[in-house]
Amino acid sequence: MGKVKLLREDGLRHDGRRPDELRPIRMQVGVLNKASGSALVEYGATKILAAVHGPREIPQRHLLLPSRAILRCRYHMLTFSTHERKSPAPSRREIELSKVIREALEPVVMAEVFPRTAIDVFIEVINADGGTRTASVTAASLALADAGIPMRDLVIGVAVGKVDGVLVLDIDEAEDMYGEADMPVAVAPSLGIVTLLQLNGVLTREEFNEALKLALKGAQTIYSMAREALKSRYLEVKVEE
Amino acid sequence: MSSKEARRVLVVPGEVICEGEYKVLTPNYIIKVNGKYVATAVGLAQVNEDSKELSFIPLEGCYVPQVDDIVVGYVVDVGLTYWEVDIRAPFTATLYAVDFLGRPVNPAKEDLSNYLSTGDTVIAKIEIFDRNRGPIITTKGKGLGKVIHGTIVEISPVKVARVIGRRGSMHQLLQSETSCDITVARNGRILINCPNKELEDILVMAILKIEREAHIPGLTDRIKEFIIREKVKRGLIGGEGKAT
Amino acid sequence: MSVTPSAEVTVPKLRSATILNMLKKGLRASSRGLTEFRPIEIVPGYVPNADGSALVRLGNTVVVAGVKLEIGSPYPDTPNEGALIVSAEFMPTASPTFEPGPPDENAIELARVVDRALREIKAIDMEKLVIVPGRRVWVVYVDIYVLDHDGNLVDASSIAALAALLSTEVPKVEVDELGNVKVDRSSRLGPLQLRHKVVTVSVAKAENVLFVDPDIEEEKVCETKLVIAVSDDGRIAGMQKSGLGALSVEEVLVATDIALKVARDLLTTVELSLAKPKELE
Repeated sequence: MGKVKLLREDGLRHDGRRPDELRPIRMQVGVLNKASGSALVEYGATKILAAVHGPREIPQRHLLLPSRAILRCRYHMLTFSTHERKSPAPSRREIELSKVIREALEPVVMAEVFPRTAIDVFIEVINADGGTRTASVTAASLALADAGIPMRDLVIGVAVGKVDGVLVLDIDEAEDMYGEADMPVAVAPSLGIVTLLQLNGVLTREEFNEALKLALKGAQTIYSMAREALKSRYLEVKVEE
Repeated sequence: MSSKEARRVLVVPGEVICEGEYKVLTPNYIIKVNGKYVATAVGLAQVNEDSKELSFIPLEGCYVPQVDDIVVGYVVDVGLTYWEVDIRAPFTATLYAVDFLGRPVNPAKEDLSNYLSTGDTVIAKIEIFDRNRGPIITTKGKGLGKVIHGTIVEISPVKVARVIGRRGSMHQLLQSETSCDITVARNGRILINCPNKELEDILVMAILKIEREAHIPGLTDRIKEFIIREKVKRGLIGGEGKAT
Repeated sequence: MSVTPSAEVTVPKLRSATILNMLKKGLRASSRGLTEFRPIEIVPGYVPNADGSALVRLGNTVVVAGVKLEIGSPYPDTPNEGALIVSAEFMPTASPTFEPGPPDENAIELARVVDRALREIKAIDMEKLVIVPGRRVWVVYVDIYVLDHDGNLVDASSIAALAALLSTEVPKVEVDELGNVKVDRSSRLGPLQLRHKVVTVSVAKAENVLFVDPDIEEEKVCETKLVIAVSDDGRIAGMQKSGLGALSVEEVLVATDIALKVARDLLTTVELSLAKPKELE
């Protein structure tokens, strides 16, 4: 019960944001010791941990490809990440999102550099408050970069929604549940390509065009943050006296 | 050979390095997109305007075997006629018994684990590495074979070049300042043999410091000062050490 | 875990080169137009025991969808609405590479894409599915089976699901004084009420050319696909980029325009198939 009033009288959203405003975003790279690469990304209260293992050989040789590495990707939610406890068994949603996220990364990962290996990407949703798959794509990109796996570009995810007829950027859980549309997008901004695009909801053609533009703008901002996050580890190291 | 300092810039995947016509020395790390040279990894891109060359020093990454590389590996499996060796690469390496022992083996009569068993350390050289199978390593050669004593320091393979230094200068410095015997393997494993524990501790700290500050210029001098300071701290030398 | 697919049934290089070379010139190996669908045959009511059903042939792709209405409890947060559950299975009959077993990620993705389109456009008036408010509602099960795979399973499935729903007759129910519900399938109350119709249009990309309804070979050589769900009132009711490659922003917009145009013909085809008297076979 308790449908949240998503758009206030002053035109701001229920959490005080402007329609084109992102939530506070935090990114940390190299947070895990035992993974080849890792990242912790937060879009507002959504908290995602991504880890990369590999490139490595795997016992299931029949899955490997002779000319390139395979990507294996798992999107998984911790049981306490959602309001109602989520069963530990993989849900159909997690299975679909694992595929969609893998396909968001495939176009940029230079898999041909490591034939007959597997590059494993594990995404753990620690807290879910909307936009988990888009934050996951961003976290996975940072983890892959942290692992030193060559990529043509970073992939940045952000979701656009529609609440009370207004298009809004970076929707949270309430806006996703009670809004009229949820459109997750992932782009490789320097290459100018869309690698993830879904729409759950209904938009007119004009609304769709606007929504896509809004997503691209938001992605550009997050892109700059991602670059900073990767560089900051090297700019921060103080030369010891 | 150009003596002019190449321009170095810290870049991340997707970032433009420069435009124009250059020769790319590291094709996996620098690609050309719409006429611009773009980095594909986190690292230092080097632009040499004289020779019109681009090269890349990755700051993260795994070890990619190259033929003739010296590697330090740990035996992870014993087969009938070979051992499987972990060399910190995406693929495990194979060391054939006939190579290690210098003679053919009869698997029916001999148990290879008598010579090398799981957990043993070897120094070897990459003999063959092609797309069709994992690397084959050889222990035929001076200084190669089973490692009996010493300490292994593991660093990121992409930082190995810094531990060796230009024309071996850093390697030389470390050996002379610590009196330790140092073998730097390309796969990020450094085998050290030191006269005493204090010098070993100083050397380990120095190596890890190189790894952390690999991207900051003036490293060689800083490391020399560091080692001297540590030696003074431990009373291994008196007062201010001599600067060369 | 989702894994990069290995090319199980590979398209020989000479053949894929032919397909791609023709696409570069705006032609298709099958001599279809870029925005032309293969011949579609729809047989509504194909399965007499189902409450609604349709067999669809899209070129050589064959899909059967069946609708079963079951009595169930409403979801706690929507006590005065019925429920819709869409699933899909790729049968081993459809391809030498399909193994029996639970739906894989492709079947799950397909089911969820078709489900979202029907759900978001509110194709079914969920409130009309209530039998005893707050306690007993109709649960509409739409199950899709792919019987023969020659490409574009999503569009064939969405057409089959729509036709099956349109052919669905709601069984008679009796509610006694105690609130118990009994279904009498020998008698029908009338057709299931659909407020909107929706179909998906898959737009594939290869060699910078966009084309609809890829057959199995075109699917294997294309870089990626964008599936767009379009409603009868010309709105975009869903989208899914599917496949390893990517699209430029321009391509996304052009693909959307293509889908909006092509969907109109598809919806007409579905409506016409239901206007014909049902074949009992």
